[in-house]
Amino acid sequence: MLRKRLIPCLDVRDGVVVKGVKFADHVVMGDIVELARRYRDAGADELVFYDIKASTVGATVSRSWIERVAVLLDIPFCVAGGIHDVESARTVLAAGADKVSVNSRALARPQLITELADAFGSQAVVVGVDSKIVDQASNDWQVYQFTGSAATMRSTGRRTLDWVREAEERGAGEIVLNCMDQDGVGSGYDLEQLKAVRSQLRIPLIASGGAGAVEHFGAVFKEADVDGALAAGVFHAGLLTIAQIKDYLRGEGIEVRL
Amino acid sequence: MIAVVDTGGANLKSVTNALCRLEAEYCLTSDPKKIAAADRVILPGVGAARDAMRRLEAANLIPTLKNLKQPVLGICLGMQLLFESSEEGDVACLGLIPGRVVRLKDDPSARVPHMGWNNLVKCDSEEPLLSGVDEDDCFYFVHSFRAPDGPWVKAMTKHGELLPAIVSYGNVKGVQFHPEKSEQPGSKILRSFIQC
Repeated sequence: MLRKRLIPCLDVRDGVVVKGVKFADHVVMGDIVELARRYRDAGADELVFYDIKASTVGATVSRSWIERVAVLLDIPFCVAGGIHDVESARTVLAAGADKVSVNSRALARPQLITELADAFGSQAVVVGVDSKIVDQASNDWQVYQFTGSAATMRSTGRRTLDWVREAEERGAGEIVLNCMDQDGVGSGYDLEQLKAVRSQLRIPLIASGGAGAVEHFGAVFKEADVDGALAAGVFHAGLLTIAQIKDYLRGEGIEVRL
Repeated sequence: MIAVVDTGGANLKSVTNALCRLEAEYCLTSDPKKIAAADRVILPGVGAARDAMRRLEAANLIPTLKNLKQPVLGICLGMQLLFESSEEGDVACLGLIPGRVVRLKDDPSARVPHMGWNNLVKCDSEEPLLSGVDEDDCFYFVHSFRAPDGPWVKAMTKHGELLPAIVSYGNVKGVQFHPEKSEQPGSKILRSFIQC
């Protein structure tokens, strides 16, 4: 039986791990390799490294820290930020990453998803979607772009439910849905939105944004039937350990990797 | 010396990094002579079957790979290439194990790709690769196609249907999962292969 995955996300800027709240005010959390090792030892099923600067400034993500992480890490990891074509993705994968995640660049040029899937297979292509509610009454969500900083962030006008379906059709192997209204708040995942997106997809869906307590992980797996749950602040701040969450999930009858 | 076949895929680093961690002697190569002379051969692979076979052909590696007598380990797509053919791109493969690789059944409760950590079931206790592997050990799978059933299947995993996870046929072995990305349980499998 496939296990539900817990995925710490490490935001990387200038070679160090940082964390912001509601996509702003980043503070330094520590060295990438040291944190990667800590989460691997703590029982993380997978890691995501999000290069927030490469995404906004237009630089490509640096190869050197990916290589340093790959030498150490014997669990899968994904790199996001700064992947804009097949060659930049190849650099990241050849350095040892298992997957690349595209977000703004795929919105600007959806064909990018198809090109990456053709070159590396769908299993290596994750599409990250930053989504916010725009109409509470009709439960309508829209996709946001360039969310690395408050200054550059803007709505694309695309409906989230349409975009995730298009991403899957174009060859995405997995969707990470970052629910921006919940991000960094710690009041729980956006179950309504995740359920709506889940119903549109056949590929795996990863929930992101809002985790603050063990019950939030139980709810997102049970109610929204996601395949994995991504979190950052709750782990970085030491509020919860992966072991605590897995113990709780096991008690709830949810299969996790021990 | 272990020859890791340079299939031109993007994930070779993961395999060589894992061998480094095990302090195994290896070379990454596409030289048929080096591969033929190695004590053991690992055929990695991520991507699509047709592309991978095309690359092996371009490197003139197919006759060499078909005639290996030493222990061979195919990983993920590398395992699928050991069979006669694949539905993925409808391509002839190495034919070292009988049968055809087919797409996973689409099932709402078992999403494709089969991506994530899964345990092994129906394990053959005589299989050397399984030495030291516990019932609860999980392995990292990422694939959309599956190997055929047959006497070569030494362990399975359940994702909707039961799928071959480890195969062994003469000197040729294959794992559908990525031992190089499967933490301690994966290291056990790789170490067993190095020692078999």
